[in-house]
Amino acid sequence: MPSDVVVRDLSRRFDGVAALDGVSLDVRAGELFGLIGPDGAGKTTLFRILTTLLLPDEGSAEVLGLDVVADMWELRRRIGYMPGHFSLYTDLSVEENLSFFASVFGTTIAAQYDRIAPIYRQIEPFADRRAGALSGGMKQKLGLSCALVHEPDILVLDEPTTGVDAVSRREFWDMLQALRDGGLTIVVSTPYMDEADRCDRVALIDDGRILRIDTAAAFGPEYGRPLLAVRGSDRYGMLLALRRLPDAESVYPFGAALHYTDRRADADPGALAPQVAGALAAAGFADAEVEAIDPGIEDVFMSLMGGTP
Amino acid sequence: MSDVTGALLGFVRKETRHILRDRQTLFVLLMLPLVQVLLFGFVIRTDVENVRVGFVVPASDAATGELIALFRGSDLFTPVGTWPTAAPLPDLFERGAIDQVVMFAPGFADDLGRGGARLFVVTDASDPNTGAAMRTYAESLIREYAGQGAADLTLVSRPGGGPGTLAGTSGIETRVRIRFDPALESRNLFVPGLIALVLTIVSALMTSIAITREKERGTMEVLLVSPLRPWQIIVGKVAPYLVLAFVNVLTALGAAWLAFGVPFRGSVTLLLLESLLFIIVSLALGVFISTRAESQRAAMLAAIAGLLLPSTLLSGMIFPIGSMPGWLRPFTNVVPATWFIEIARGIMLKGVGLAYLWQETLILTLMAVILTTASVRAFDARLS
Amino acid sequence: MNAGATGLPTVPEGGEPAIRSRDLTRRFGDFTAVDAVTFEVGVGEVFGFLGANGAGKTTAIRMLTGLLAPTSGEATVAGHDVSAEPEAVKRSIGYMSQRFSLYEDMTPRENIELYGGIYGLPSPVIRDRGARLLERLGLESAAGKRVGSLPLGWKQKLAFSVALLHEPGIVFLDEPTGGVDPITRRQFWEMIYETAADGTTVFVTTHYMDEAEYCDRLSIMVAGRIVALGTPTELRREHGAPSIEDVFVRLARQDASPPAAS
Repeated sequence: MPSDVVVRDLSRRFDGVAALDGVSLDVRAGELFGLIGPDGAGKTTLFRILTTLLLPDEGSAEVLGLDVVADMWELRRRIGYMPGHFSLYTDLSVEENLSFFASVFGTTIAAQYDRIAPIYRQIEPFADRRAGALSGGMKQKLGLSCALVHEPDILVLDEPTTGVDAVSRREFWDMLQALRDGGLTIVVSTPYMDEADRCDRVALIDDGRILRIDTAAAFGPEYGRPLLAVRGSDRYGMLLALRRLPDAESVYPFGAALHYTDRRADADPGALAPQVAGALAAAGFADAEVEAIDPGIEDVFMSLMGGTP
Repeated sequence: MSDVTGALLGFVRKETRHILRDRQTLFVLLMLPLVQVLLFGFVIRTDVENVRVGFVVPASDAATGELIALFRGSDLFTPVGTWPTAAPLPDLFERGAIDQVVMFAPGFADDLGRGGARLFVVTDASDPNTGAAMRTYAESLIREYAGQGAADLTLVSRPGGGPGTLAGTSGIETRVRIRFDPALESRNLFVPGLIALVLTIVSALMTSIAITREKERGTMEVLLVSPLRPWQIIVGKVAPYLVLAFVNVLTALGAAWLAFGVPFRGSVTLLLLESLLFIIVSLALGVFISTRAESQRAAMLAAIAGLLLPSTLLSGMIFPIGSMPGWLRPFTNVVPATWFIEIARGIMLKGVGLAYLWQETLILTLMAVILTTASVRAFDARLS
Repeated sequence: MNAGATGLPTVPEGGEPAIRSRDLTRRFGDFTAVDAVTFEVGVGEVFGFLGANGAGKTTAIRMLTGLLAPTSGEATVAGHDVSAEPEAVKRSIGYMSQRFSLYEDMTPRENIELYGGIYGLPSPVIRDRGARLLERLGLESAAGKRVGSLPLGWKQKLAFSVALLHEPGIVFLDEPTGGVDPITRRQFWEMIYETAADGTTVFVTTHYMDEAEYCDRLSIMVAGRIVALGTPTELRREHGAPSIEDVFVRLARQDASPPAAS
C-alpha cells in the first residue's frame, strides 16, 4: 500500500534546542493519521517541514512521493494546510476569505462548491460575517473549507481542535472522517488524547521524539502492567492512600476515576482489584469501587513519557 | 499606607525591568536621541558657507578688482569664475553649478567715483533656507566695500518680488534679483521635500507594517504554502500602496498649486514619472525592512529610525547639504530622498527637464533596481 | 476541615458560601451575555464552570472577579458584593488564566516579588513564602532564569502558586491546563486538590471534559444561562450519560437550532 507521507530520521533544532529528534513515520494513502502530544512536543515543527515551510537539519521527508525540499513548488499546489490558530483574515468576511484562497490556487468557490459543500454549507448563512466575529467552531469550518477549496491530495491540519468546545470538536472529527471516507489522506495533530480513537492510526510524540505509532486499539496490550480504575467519594484521600500501597507504580486522576498501575507485571488484575478495594476499605474508604480496566491511549502515553507519579 | 507605596514601587520596578530587558527597543531609544542630537548639531546651520559666486565683469578695473578680492577673501564665498558676459549664466544656474553671480556694469570704477555705480546680484533661491542668507551676505559684503554704515543705506525692495535696490548716498546701487523664487515664498520651496516625506511614509512605513502584520497574524504561513511565489506576494502587498502613494502625489501637487499658488515651471508628466520611480524605491525599502523585522513594532521602529529620520535630516529637505560638514555629505548621497528632492526642485522651480536631471534619475533607477532585487531575494519562501 | 473532595449535596453545607450569585445578568446593548445566573460555591469546594466559548463564561467570571459590573442581579465573593466593593473582591481572590499570568521576561523570584508587593505583603513574608513555594515546586535551580525559558508545565504550576501567594480564600483559574502534557495536567490538579484541602475555594474553567469530573460540583453554561448544576455523579445520572462530556454535548445540542427548522 503506497505511503503518502514518508519521514525518515527527521531532525530540526532551534537555537540549539532540538524541536525534532530523529523522527520517522509513514502515513498510508487514504488514512486519517493523528499526531498526538502536548505543547512543545514538535507537532507544529514537523508539520511545517512537511508543508515545505521549514528546512530540516537532518533526515528526509516525502509527501505524495515528492521531496519536501527539492519539489517545494509542486507540493505546495497539492497540499491543503490549516495552521494552528486557524490563520484566517479576521477583517475579511467568510466569503472573502474563501474566495481569496480559491483564487490563489487558480479556482473559484463556484467551481469547487460541490466538494466543499458538506462543510461550507454550515457556515454559508454567515457568508458576510467577518471571520473575527465567528465562534471557534465556525472558524474551524471556515479554515477547513479554505484548505479544501483547491482540491488537495492531502490535508495537513495543525491542532484544529485546540481551544474549541467539546461539541464542535466532535463535529469536526465527524467531518474529517467523512472526508477520509471519500478517499482523502489526512494528517492531524492534537493535544487531546481522547481524539486518538477517531483516527485510523496514531503517533504519540513528546519532546521531539516519537514514542509509538499504532492503531488506537493496539496500544493497550503493550502496557504490560495491571491497571485498575478506582471510584469513590473522597477522591483525593484515596489518591494519597493508593500511593502509599507498597506495589503502587503510579496513581493518577482520570476523569471520574483514579487509575492505579501496579508495579508487578505478572499480577492478575482480576485478583488484584478486590485486594486493593479491601486495602482502601481498611483505610476508611468504605465506598471505594475497584475494577480492572484496559489501558487507554492516555495511560500508555503517560507511561511512555516516563514521568514520575 | 505603605501597602499602597509598596505595590506602586513593585510595579515601577517591574516596568523598569521590562524596558531594560527589551534590548532592541532600548538600543533604539537610547541611541536614537544621541544620533539625532549629533546629526542635528552638525546639520543645523543657519549660516550658509561656501557660496559659489561668479562674476560678470565686462571691463576690469581697480574697483571691480577690489570688490572681487573682498569676495575671494571671505570664508563665506567660493569664487568659481569670472566671465565677460552674462551668457553662460542661465545654463550654470540651471545645472546648479553656481549659487550666485555679481554682475558689474562697464565703467564701474568711474561710476563709483562719480557717486553712483550699479551692481546686479542674482541668487539661486530654489533652496529655501539658503536663498535669503546668500543674498544678505552678498549685500553686507558690498555695503562694507561701499564704506557706508548700515544706517545710511536703505534697501528698497518691491513687494511681490522684483529687483531690490540698495540706494545709498554715495556708492553702489545694487539690484538684487532673487532668481527662481522672486517672492522667496518658502512654502513653495518646501513642497518637493514634503512630497518626498509623504511618499516615504506611505510607501516604506506602511508597506513594511502591512507585511509584518501578516506574519504576526499567522496568515503568512498559509500564503507561503500556497503556489504564490514571493514576487507575487510582494507585488500583491505593495500594489495598493503604490496607487495610494501616487494619489498622494497628485493631491499634494494639486493642493500646492491651487491652495498655495506654487509655481510649476517644468513638465508635470516628468515629475509624475520621477515620483513613480521614487515610490518604487521607497516600496522596495519597505519590503526589505519587513523581511528583517519580526513584528510590526520592529518594522515601524526600523522604518522610522533607519529611513524616515535620515531622509528628513540628510536629504536637504530642511537642512542644506552645502552647509553640512564634509564628512557627512557622502552619506546624503545614500538617501534616496536627496536625489528625488533635487529632481523635484529642478522640475518645479527651475523648470528643467531630463537633459539636466538625467544623472539624478539614473541614480534613482539604479537604487530601484538594486533594492527591488535585494528585497525579493531576501523574502524567504519559507519560514526561517 | 476538609470540606471539599468529600461527597457533597447539591448545595454547600452551612456557613457563608464563598461565592453566591443571584440572577446575575450582563447585557451589552441588545445582547444578553449572562442571563440570570444563580448558583453558590461552598468554602473549600472545587467548582467547575463549564461552557462553550461564547456561552458567557468569560463575562460571568469577569463579573465575579470585580472586573465588570453586572447589569442586574447580585453576587458576593468572599463576603464582598461585586458591584459595591469590586476592589475588596480583587484583594480577596487569586487569579490565573491560561492566556496570561506571569511576566515572561522576569525570573520566578521577580514575579513573586512583584505580585507579593501588589497584594501588599510585607517583604519578609514575600521572601519566606516565595522560598517555600520554589522549594515545593522544585524550581530553586530555575529561580534565576526568565520565566519565558521554562517549560510550559513549570510555568503553569508556578503561575498557580503565585496566584496563591497572598493566601486568598478563593482562587479563580481560567483554563489553567491548556496544552500541557497529560502528566503535568494531573500534577496540576493534585495541586488544586491540595489547595482545596487546605480550605481554599477553587473556581475553575476548562475545555478538558475529564477535568470536569475532578470537580466537586460543576455548572454548564449555554447561551448565557446555567443549564446544569450539581455534582458530576448527579449530572451523569440525571442525563443518563456515561460522562460529563456526553452531558455537555447533549445540552449544547439541545440549544442549537436545527438547520431545517421552519
